Amino acid sequence: MATRRTQQAPTTEDGDDVSETHAASPAPTPARLAEQARAKAPLEVTGAQSLVLSLEAMEVDTVFGIPGGAILPAYDPLLDSVKVRHILVRHEQGAGHAAEGYASATGKVGVCMATSGPGATNLVTALADAHMDSVPIVAITGQVASASIGTDAFQEADIRGITMPITKHNYLVTNAADIPRVIAEAFHIASTGRPGPVLVDISKDALQAKTTFSWPPRIELPGYHPVTRPHTKQIREASKLIAAARRPVLYVGGGVIRADASEELRQFVELTQIPVVTTLMARGALPDSHELHLGMPGMHGSVAAVTALQKSDLLITLGARFDDRVTGQLASFAPEAKVIHADIDPAEISKNRKADVPIVGSCKDVLIDLIESVDSDIDAGRAGDYAEWRERTAGWKRDFPVGYTEPEGSTLAPQYVIERLSAIAGPEAVYVAGVGQHQMWAAQFVQYERPRAWLNSGGLGTMGYAVPAAMGAQVGEADRTVWAIDGDGCFQMTNQELATCVINNIPIKVAVINNSSLGMVRQWQSLFYNERYSNTDLHTSADGSRIPDFVKLADAYGCAGLRCERPEDVDETIRQAMAINDRPVVVDFVVHRDAMVWPMVPAGVSNDAIQVAKDTAPQWDREDSEALEQDEDADNSEEN
Amino acid sequence: MSQHTLSVLVENKPGVLARIAGLFSRRGFNIHSLAVGETEHEEISRITVVVDVEDLPLEQVTKQLNKLVEVLKVVELDASSAVQRQVMLIKVRADSATRSQVLELVQLFRAKVVDVATESVTIEATGHGDKLTALLGVLEPYGVRELVQSGIVAIGRGPRSITDRALRGA
Repeated sequence: MATRRTQQAPTTEDGDDVSETHAASPAPTPARLAEQARAKAPLEVTGAQSLVLSLEAMEVDTVFGIPGGAILPAYDPLLDSVKVRHILVRHEQGAGHAAEGYASATGKVGVCMATSGPGATNLVTALADAHMDSVPIVAITGQVASASIGTDAFQEADIRGITMPITKHNYLVTNAADIPRVIAEAFHIASTGRPGPVLVDISKDALQAKTTFSWPPRIELPGYHPVTRPHTKQIREASKLIAAARRPVLYVGGGVIRADASEELRQFVELTQIPVVTTLMARGALPDSHELHLGMPGMHGSVAAVTALQKSDLLITLGARFDDRVTGQLASFAPEAKVIHADIDPAEISKNRKADVPIVGSCKDVLIDLIESVDSDIDAGRAGDYAEWRERTAGWKRDFPVGYTEPEGSTLAPQYVIERLSAIAGPEAVYVAGVGQHQMWAAQFVQYERPRAWLNSGGLGTMGYAVPAAMGAQVGEADRTVWAIDGDGCFQMTNQELATCVINNIPIKVAVINNSSLGMVRQWQSLFYNERYSNTDLHTSADGSRIPDFVKLADAYGCAGLRCERPEDVDETIRQAMAINDRPVVVDFVVHRDAMVWPMVPAGVSNDAIQVAKDTAPQWDREDSEALEQDEDADNSEEN
Repeated sequence: MSQHTLSVLVENKPGVLARIAGLFSRRGFNIHSLAVGETEHEEISRITVVVDVEDLPLEQVTKQLNKLVEVLKVVELDASSAVQRQVMLIKVRADSATRSQVLELVQLFRAKVVDVATESVTIEATGHGDKLTALLGVLEPYGVRELVQSGIVAIGRGPRSITDRALRGA
C-alpha cells in the first residue's frame, strides 16, 4: 500500500535536520506532531534511514537494543545519528525492561530494538509486562526479507502473531514507504489512551529498499479514538454518590500516575477529606506522609487500607482495575460499597466488579471535573460528612502500622534495610523493585512522596525487572539516584545488564536483599506446604555458600561491590554506596532468611481474613470491634 | 447461554481476522459462527460473529473488540430487526428410485439443486438456522454423504447502513 502523504510545499532547507528541540510531551497528538515537525521536501533515503529519521522526528533520544542479521540495515544509519543514543544491552529482555523503566520514570515513550527470531522473542516478556502495567513503549524488530516470510527462514519468527495478545497494537512493515507513517502511529498509540506497548516488525528488504522520507506523515487510524474527557452526566452522578456517602474511600490505581494526575488527586483529597489507598502501581500518587493516606490495599496491604475498603460504602475508583491481588475473593470484596469507577479503558469498567457509576476518561480530566462538581455541591451546602469515618480509619492506621519483628541474634531484617534505604536515599530517589518479598517490603517500607519514584512489575510479576528497568530509569533521569531493590533470585535473572551500565556510565545502585532463596515462594511453602522447601534454596548466602558471590560478581563487571550482614553496618554501607557515582554499585545485604511479608490475606479468601502475622488476626480493641458490629447493624437496618 | 450476533466492521488489512479470533479464544469466548467479507467500501471488511455468551460477558467482548485499533465499529444485531442467512451445500444419496422424492423436498424448501450425478444430488439451501435444520432432518433418511455450511451473515432491516455511519465516524 502506498503511503499517503500530506501535500506540502517543498521547502528549500536540507532534509537532514527533520526535528527541532521541543519540550518533551508524553502524548503527542497527530495535530501536535504536524505543528511541531517542519514540513520537508521528500528525501531520497533507504528504509533504514527513513526509520532513523522517523525516530529522530519523534524526538527519541535513547534506544535500547541489540543488532543482528535482519535489523542490521537499521544499525548503519543509527551510527550516524547524533540525536538518538543507542545503548547496546546484553539481552533483549534487558532492552525491553530498560525501555519500560525509561518510560515509567519519565512519562515519555521508551524504545527498544532487536533483530528477528530470537531477538524478537526475547522481547516478549518485557512486552507482556508493559501490556499489563500500561507502559508506553515502542519495540522495533527486524524481520526476514518479505520473500522469505513463511518459509521457516533462518531466524524467522512470526513476532507479530506472537505478540498480538500482549501488545496494544503491532505492525508488520514490508514496504519502505510505510515506515514514517507506522512509526508515527506506533508512538501515538503507545502514548495516548491507555498507554501500552506497540511492536513494529520491519522486513529486511523494506529496510534496504530505496524510498522517500517526508515528515509529518498522515496518520491513518480510523478505528482508534480514545476517550479522555469524562461525560458530564456521569460526573454529576458520581458527585451525588460522594455527597451521600458516609464511608467513602478513594481507591487509587496506576492510572493516576500514568495520567500525571497526582496534583489533581491531592486537590480532590484536600477538598473532600476522603481517605485514600494507593495500589501497588500507584504508590506515590499521593504522598505517604499525607494524613488521609491509609497505605496500600491488597494481599500484602496495610490493615487500615484493606479494612477501609472492606467497610466502605463508596469506592471512588480512579485508574485501578479490581485486580485479584487487591480484591482477594471478589464476591466478598467491599461488600457494602457502591462503586464509582473511572478509567480511560472502557473495558476495565465493570469487568470484575460492577460499577454503579462508570466514568470513561483520563484520571486527570475526571479529577478536574469532579473537583469542580463536588466543590459546587459543597458551596450549595451538600457536602458529605465523613468525620466519623475519618476518625475510624485514622484509628486503624494508628493501631496497625505496617511493621515487622526483629529477628533474633545479630541477623539482619530485610525490612530494616529497606527502611534505612528510604530514609537515606530520600523521596527524590527512584526505587525499582523486582518481584517477590523484597518488592512487597519495598512497597511497604519505602516512604513515597512523589509519583514515578516507584517502578515495579505489578501485573505480570516479572522477576528480573529491576536491574534493566533501573538502568532505563537512570538514563531517563540522569540527575536522580536510582536504587534497584532486588532479590537474590531476581538479580540472577538479568544482572548481565550491569555490564551495559558500567560501559555506558549508567551508575545505578542495586540493593540485593539476599535471603538465599526464592523468598516469596518459600514463604508460601512455610505457610501452606508444611515447610517443605521444594526448590527454593538458591545458596547465595545461607550456610556460608555464596554461589555466586555478589560482591565478586560486581567486581567482575567493574561495579563497586559492598556487603552488609549486620544491622549496625546498614547506614554506613548505604552511605558508602550513595557516595559512589562514577560506576554502578551492588550491595549484598545478607538478610534473615525466615522473614515473611505481613500483613497477608491468603489467596482466594475474603480480605476480612487479613492476618498481621502467622495465624494472627488484627487485635481490634473492644471499642472498635463494638463499633464495627454496631456499624453492621446500622447497615442492615438501612437495607431493611 | 444465549446467542448474540455481532457485526464487526474492520479495516480490510492482513491479520485482522487473526486478531479478532485470537481475542475471542484468549478471553474464553466461544464462537458459534463466523463469516468475513468485504463491504461496499473496499477498505472495510465486515465480520459477522455469533457468540455464545451471557449479557455481561457480551459487554466485555464488545468492549475488548472496540479496543482493537483496526476495529471500526461493533453492532449487535437483534434477531427481530435483522435478516440472518446461512448457506448450506448438501450432497444427498439419490438414485433413480429416490431422486424424485428428494427433488420434491428441495422444491418444498425452496432450495436448489446445483449438481446431479447418477447416485447423488447436491442441494444448495439458503436460510435461517431453523429452516436449514428442518431440511437436513427430512433429507437424512436418504443418506447425507457430505455437508458444508457457511457462517451466518446478518444485516439490519430498514434503510439505515452501519457502514455509512462507521465511515462518518472515522
